[in-house]
Amino acid sequence: MSQVPTLTAKSNYFHGHFFSMASPCELLIDTQDQLLASQLLEQVFLQTQRIEQKYSRYVLGNLVHKINNSDERWVEIDQETHRLLAFAQTCFDLSNGMFDLTSGVLRKIWNFTGNGQFPSPDEVTEALKYIGWQHIEFTQQKIRLPYGFELDFGGIGKEYAVDAAAKLCTRLAPNISVLVNFGGDIQVTQPRRHDAYWQVGIESPHAERYKNSNVLVKIASGGLATSGDARRFIVHNDIRYSHILNPKTGYPVTGAPRSVTVATDFCIQSGMLATMALLQGREGEQFLQHQQQKYWCYW
Amino acid sequence: MQLNNTKNISISLAAAACALLNTPVQAEDESQADDWKFDTAILYYGETDRVQLAEGVLNAKKDFGEQHIFNGKIAVDTLTGASASGAVAQPSAQTFTRPSGNGQYAISPGETPLDDTFKDTRVQLSAQWTQPLWENVTGSTGGNLSKEYDYFSLGVNGSLAWDFNQKNTTVSGGLAYQFDSIDPVGEAPVGLSSMVINSGQFSDDSAFEQAFNATRTTDDKDKSTVDLLLGVTQVISRRMLMQFNYSYSVADGYLTDPYKLLSVVNSEGMTQDILHENRPDKRTKQSFYWQTKYASDYGIADLSYRYATDDWDIDSHTLDSRFRVKLSGNSYLQPHFRYYQQSAADFYQPFLIEGSLLPSVASADYRLGEMTAFTVGLKYGQILDDGREWAVRVEYYQQSPKNSAFNEPGALQDLDLYPSVDAVIAQVSYSF
Repeated sequence: MSQVPTLTAKSNYFHGHFFSMASPCELLIDTQDQLLASQLLEQVFLQTQRIEQKYSRYVLGNLVHKINNSDERWVEIDQETHRLLAFAQTCFDLSNGMFDLTSGVLRKIWNFTGNGQFPSPDEVTEALKYIGWQHIEFTQQKIRLPYGFELDFGGIGKEYAVDAAAKLCTRLAPNISVLVNFGGDIQVTQPRRHDAYWQVGIESPHAERYKNSNVLVKIASGGLATSGDARRFIVHNDIRYSHILNPKTGYPVTGAPRSVTVATDFCIQSGMLATMALLQGREGEQFLQHQQQKYWCYW
Repeated sequence: MQLNNTKNISISLAAAACALLNTPVQAEDESQADDWKFDTAILYYGETDRVQLAEGVLNAKKDFGEQHIFNGKIAVDTLTGASASGAVAQPSAQTFTRPSGNGQYAISPGETPLDDTFKDTRVQLSAQWTQPLWENVTGSTGGNLSKEYDYFSLGVNGSLAWDFNQKNTTVSGGLAYQFDSIDPVGEAPVGLSSMVINSGQFSDDSAFEQAFNATRTTDDKDKSTVDLLLGVTQVISRRMLMQFNYSYSVADGYLTDPYKLLSVVNSEGMTQDILHENRPDKRTKQSFYWQTKYASDYGIADLSYRYATDDWDIDSHTLDSRFRVKLSGNSYLQPHFRYYQQSAADFYQPFLIEGSLLPSVASADYRLGEMTAFTVGLKYGQILDDGREWAVRVEYYQQSPKNSAFNEPGALQDLDLYPSVDAVIAQVSYSF
């Protein structure tokens, strides 16, 4: 997989590809105009790189690094960051505190790569001291974190980048349908010229066992996102723990669906619904039914 | 664990996503303003042997960001030819005085009298500004101006639109005021005065002029129109949209057409006198409009119906349908069909009978009489990748005036008093 964007001509559209945000990123561009397609790809690539550089917690010296190492000092933020924080605030409120950007510190004690260790109760209690979005202060211009707290935009960054890419495409090519797909988080800008739909496969967590369990979805416009533990989980005393962590207990959610895919107007809206469904554990599907949006839920 | 207001979470998230994305994505690029968008068109309208019109339109639109939208339009058209004057055809040739009083023109036997050939150029300008005012409320205000040789028109408008029900429903209300002033060639004739025709009965030119001027009035020929518009737009589904509009309009002032005539015939159907028409000075009109748009995989259907009624007793029904069929290569074909039907105004008289009581208002303008009309057309357009679009449209339009139970005395029975009017419309448009 290359860092540099590559463009391939398909029968009646262009396929653009690059790697960013730890995911394969692709654009399907419903045009025959190669120049336009390559411009869109280039612009989306640059924007996505910019978002990753700005909000990744692995980039030394970036905004998130500054915020996370601010020792209780106020840190200046720009409008884009304020909008992301406001969005995170909404998600925190809507989920009764279950969706929490400060819960990333739990990752230090939980390792979901397959053979990870189960942390001790003391370790969990210690980590919980540094979790709690309600302790974050922010305004339009600045933010302040309590000592030891960290922000992790991982839960919304990719979906945001997808929607931002779709918006950029709509602005640059208002009459062209573009499908943005960053590692399964998808946004389609508008219906295609001819058959209207793009076809997208949703990977079922059972795909390895049952050949035809993947679902083919047709999208004319709107967003689609998947959340699940298909490959990231931990088994301890015969209990399967998903990588979705409850910020209130410090432990993974149990009994949740293996994977949830939701289709709504926006990728980030779908992503939040899917994550919130997993945070509901056994009531995940019931929660989805109440939302009156299209969803696919795998147990 | 229970989430807050479970049912509303998806809706709240959608709103939050909008807030997150609607504002500029790139922190550096705060303006988010779009470039100017232009629509241009050249239109030709030609009636067989009558009016011909050529029009050029330039429409410019700019989004200054955050839905602050300016729309400006300039249209220039040139009209040549003539339309039916209202006088009836006769078995013999007829002579009429030109509206200016300078000279005469003749109409051949059996022919429908047309106004004397005229040529005029009209310039229209309009500008509209639209922006959000409060949450879910959009305001729009604008003005327009139109000028031609003998006509001047100025209008202002304002409207508010309120979105609710997750923007699936929009309720709008608007007010418009239009002021029109006409300064007819040769001054406006006195209503229902006889046309002064020089058949050699005047001793000299000044005697004719004196008689002609006696039928003229220099009063202000202005009218003002106030329109109230109420509308509801409802999204029925992702593919279907429905709209209802109601309008109430009051026009006040000089509503007469100073160039229209009215024949007075005897019991043999022979013209005895030619009068200048006269209309009421007030007209109150209501209209009810329903429109549905449906987008299917193959194209977009657009169907509308309008019922209009006014205190002149003109009731009209308009049915309009378009279907845009998607073709390959990003192009489309759009057939259009429109049917129109109206009843006659209560003061419409195709002619007056000599010796009968002269009404206070009367007009023989066929556009106020009973009629049906239809339009059939076809449009072909192509949308280019970068948003440019070009289209060509050709339409055929036929107006068929009807006799609403007026007895035709003598010679008039052998003449076509209600000739239909055929027109061809051709338009080429380009948007970029």
